Formats: sequence, C-alpha cells, structure tokens
Amino acid sequence: MASTIVVSDLHKAYGETRAVDGVSFAVEPGEFFGILGPNGAGKTTTLEIIEGLRQPDRGTVTVLGESPWPRNPRLAPRIGVQMQATAFFERLTAREQIRAFAELYQVPVKKADEMLETVGISGKDKTRTDKLSGGQKQRLSIACALVHDPELVFLDEPSAALDPQGRRNLWDLLRGLNAQGRTVVLTTHYLDEAEMLCERVAIMDGGQILEMGPPATLVRGLDAPTRISVETGVLSTDEAERLFPDATVEDDTVSLTIATRDPATVLSALAERRALKGLAVRSATLEDVFLQITGREYRA
Amino acid sequence: MMHGVRTLARVMLLSFLRDRISLFFAILFPLFFLVLFGGVFKDQGASSVPVQQVGAVPLIDGLPADARAEVDKVLKITRTGDDAAAVEAVRKGDAAAAVQQRGDQLVVRYSAADQVRSGIVQGVLNSLVQQQNLAASGRPARYSLVSEQVEDKSLKAIQYVTPGILGWAIASGATAAAAFTLVQWRKNKLLRRLRLTPVGTGAIVTARVGVSIGVALLQTAVFIGLAQLPYFGLKLSHYWWMSIPVVIAGTLAFLSIGLLAGAIAKTEEAAALITNLVVLPMAFLSGAFVPLDFSPKWVQAVANIFPLKHLVTGTQDVLVRGKGPASVLPELAILLAFALVLAAIAVKAFRWEDD
Repeated sequence: MASTIVVSDLHKAYGETRAVDGVSFAVEPGEFFGILGPNGAGKTTTLEIIEGLRQPDRGTVTVLGESPWPRNPRLAPRIGVQMQATAFFERLTAREQIRAFAELYQVPVKKADEMLETVGISGKDKTRTDKLSGGQKQRLSIACALVHDPELVFLDEPSAALDPQGRRNLWDLLRGLNAQGRTVVLTTHYLDEAEMLCERVAIMDGGQILEMGPPATLVRGLDAPTRISVETGVLSTDEAERLFPDATVEDDTVSLTIATRDPATVLSALAERRALKGLAVRSATLEDVFLQITGREYRA
Repeated sequence: MMHGVRTLARVMLLSFLRDRISLFFAILFPLFFLVLFGGVFKDQGASSVPVQQVGAVPLIDGLPADARAEVDKVLKITRTGDDAAAVEAVRKGDAAAAVQQRGDQLVVRYSAADQVRSGIVQGVLNSLVQQQNLAASGRPARYSLVSEQVEDKSLKAIQYVTPGILGWAIASGATAAAAFTLVQWRKNKLLRRLRLTPVGTGAIVTARVGVSIGVALLQTAVFIGLAQLPYFGLKLSHYWWMSIPVVIAGTLAFLSIGLLAGAIAKTEEAAALITNLVVLPMAFLSGAFVPLDFSPKWVQAVANIFPLKHLVTGTQDVLVRGKGPASVLPELAILLAFALVLAAIAVKAFRWEDD
C-alpha cells in the first residue's frame, strides 16, 4: 500500500529565514505521526505545506496520491485540519459552528451533533464560541476538523490550551481516532504527549529533521543513565559512592540521586539495605532525547 | 458551490444581526440622521416670515378673504398697538419687519441684519400696494405673473434627505462589512481554514456580496418606509423601483472599496478607521448630507469621481425627481465600472494572512 504522505526535500524560506530547509519523510496509512520541535522549528510551516496552504520553494509533496498545491478540491473532503488559531465564524454558538462546517462538507447535521457529543462539549452547544474556555474551543475546533470523517487528520498543537485533565481526555479522543484506522499527523512541543501517542516522531529544529523514529527507539539510542533517587539520609553519599563506583551520585539535601547504567544492581543493593524510602526511578524520556539534540539554551 | 454559498451567507447574516454595533451603524445611526434632518427642515418650504402690524392697516385688513389667505402663506402677521415694542422686536430679530399705515403711506421698518426676510416682506407688501393702485385706477390689469415651482409641488426637505442619508448608510455598511469580514477572517485564520473545505474562495465572495446586497435592500426598505410616514411625508415618484438596481450597483462599488480596505488593514480598528476616512468625507462632498447645488463648482466637479455622488444622484432621480428608468443608466454604468476596477485592485492587494 502506498504511503499516505510522501514529503521529499521540502524547502521554504521567508526572506532570510529558512523556515523549512530540506525536509523529507513519509507517513504510512493508519500511522500516528508526530512532528516535535521548539517554537520556530518549522513544524507549522511543514504542516501547512502538506495541507496545501502554502507553496514550497522547492521539493515535492504527495498526499493520498495527490498534489496538495495548488488548492486541490479532491483532497478537501479526505483531510481534516485543525489549526493553531481557533478559526471560527464570529458570534455563532458551538452547535451552529459545527453545523456550518458540516454543511460546507455536505455532511448531515446529525453527524455534526454527534461529533459535539464525541468531543464531550454537547453540553455547551448553545454557548457562543467566544464564551467557551480554551479547552472547549480546542475540542470544538477538533470536532470541526473531524465532522466529515476524513481519512487523514492534521492537528497543529491540539493540546496547547488544555489543562492536565483536558489533555488526557484529548489523548483518549486522538487514540480513538487512530484506532478507527485514520492516519493522524500531529505537531506538539509536549514530549510526553508525543511519547504517549505517536508511533513515530520527527524531531525538528532550524527547519530540519534532526531525528526520526519510534519514541522508544530514540530514547534507547540516547543510551542515557537511569536515575534512581531515595530520600536524603537513608544512605550517605560516601557509602553510595563506595557501593556503586561506576555511578554518579548527587545529594541535593532532599533526595540522593544515583545515575547508573546498571539499575538492577543498584536497586537490589538498596533493597538489601532497606534503603528504599522515597524511591523514584526515572529512565531517559523523549524529553532527554529532545534536549540532547536541540540544546538546552533558551531561545526566545 | 451553491450549498457553500448558502451556508456562508446564513452565517454572515446571523453574525451581522447579532452584532449590535454593526446593526446600530447600518440602520439606527443613519435613521437618527434621517429623523434629525427630515424633522428639522420639515416646515422649511412652508415657513412664513413674522411681521408685526402696528395699529390698523386698512390695506391689509381690507383684503378679501382669499387674497388674505395667500398673504398668510408667506407672512405671519401679528397685531400690536405698541409702535416702540414692534420696532424693538424687529431690532432683536423676533420679527422681520414692523408695518403701519399713515394715511395713504404704508410704512415698513426692517433690520439690515436680515435682508432676505425683510426683502420678502417688502416684496409682498409692495405687490399689495401695486394691486391697490391698479384697482384704484379702475383699469384691468394688462400683465400678470404666473409662477410655478419646478419640482413636485409637495417637494420638501425629506425628498432630498432620504436618498442622501440612504446612500451614506449603504456606503458605510457595505464598506465596513467587506473590510471587517476580510480582516477578522484573516486574523483568526478562518480564511485559510475555509480554503481547505470543498467550497473555496468564490463561495466566500459570492456569499458576502449576496448578504451585503440583502442588507442594503433592507436599509432601503426601512428608510423609505419611515420617511413615508405622514410626519416626514416622503412621496415616491412613479419609477421608484428603479432605485433597486441603483442600490445594488452602489453596494457592489462600496464592497469593492471595503475589500481593498480589508486587504490593506491589519486590524479591525484600522479597517474601521479606513472605512470612515473614505466614506465620511465622501458623504459630505457627494451631497449625501447637504445638496451640492450650494457648493462651489470645483466641489461639484470633484464629486463626480466619488461613487457615492452617483449612488445618491441615481436614487434621487428615480425615487423623488420622477425621472424615467433610462435616466439612471449612466449612474448604473459608472457604479459598476467603479466596482470592477476597485475589485481588481483589491484582488491584487489581497493577502491570505498577515506577514
């Protein structure tokens, strides 16, 4: 089966800034694909080129076997797009909003009402969209992207305005979409989100893809030590260093942290000494991979 | 395509009807001007000049009833016995003249400060004196003056005010609607979002044009309906319905101005500012508020480049002046040509998003 999206050697510059600088990747049918990167990495521009909103300076894009640029009306009913800004008609209620989108896609209004239910805001159907909370707006905007049952869904930072409950709720929704066989492409700068949801991620910075692969593979490739912490006092720093000569030991007066590549030995030694009070084991995450390759310095 | 136009049109109309500010500026605010101008100048045509009559004036008192009625249409004569008080009233401007009769002499005292009204009084009284002289001579009159007003006899200020204010309301409504839709939908990325739906840009423009024409016709109906109330007394002439195509062509012209304003403006505030900067001076220079007949020749010449002048003239011609349907064809052509040219420029200036 042909790939759902094929992007090859994409370039897009705005004046001097190279927003997208030689990006190539493919997304397979039914895949959950994530594009990660700090702000200004070129995620949104890449996404907008694939959606057909922008023309690349160079490179080719194929979406569901078609070219998205210039505006391709055959693609419109097959893709669903949720944009970073909540693009709504002004002064409409949530229900009127999604019904308007349903009509634009020639979908029965019943489907629109069901979609409100699916994203869990049917209780707010009579509320004007400007009175909805950030999370409710986000859900409505996702519902509007899904109302015509597209086979390919693009989500640009869907959890940006959500609280922790809202994010988890959204994750369930997105997993459900993917489980129904839809291909989902998502951009995010939440790494836990990417790790939870995406089968494969591309880490972008400076308009280029720096790493690409399943999150677990990327983390393993980092070969980072596991950090094991216990409460300060249950074990002295000296003793810890004596017991685990290969590990790095730190004590910040709250926790004693042992960074090791051999967590099994350390854990069993601690257990033998009954020194497990306040135990926390943290292995490397996608965040470590991300910070490793995009750098830690703050860029405004 | 059609279903998209219908949906977008419904959404735009709902949004217009729910926006109290746009509703206010499109309907209530101009209506306020209509009531103001129509009401203030209501009695202008019939306004009579106040005159104080001191003591008995046989020349006036002895007039036959029908002749006296004619005089009363022009002069509002109040009798007083106090000569000094009458002169003081003239000096203060409360009366245009004080009149008294000394034997065969009719004496009129007036103030140089109000030459127009004192001129009217002198003219009327002089004609009375001449009539009496003629009657006294016992010979039939040889010449007579017949005067007729050019316009409909019922012509009042409201006949001019209604097309003017209506033109201004349509102009600002259509310009603002196009500019705001463009700026808002660009700002919240709805324009790009809609581009990814099956309907595309053509449907957006068609819907906007349709809704704006609908709103303009609603404005026309409301304004003409109100002005026709007995209090204002607007009388429509025979081919009033020809004002409908003129209104539609005018709406198109101002929509294209709005599209250009929306393409240039980055924020709603800027769009509102540009709209007012364009429409308000145009309204003054195009005779929407005050008839152009009293303005200098160069203003009248400049006014010809403004679409509002042609919208107002066109509606006036068929709505109240009683001209035939063919008389507004030049105005229609000018408005449509203006719309085409500006729309072409607006398309060039169009941006999908702010840089």
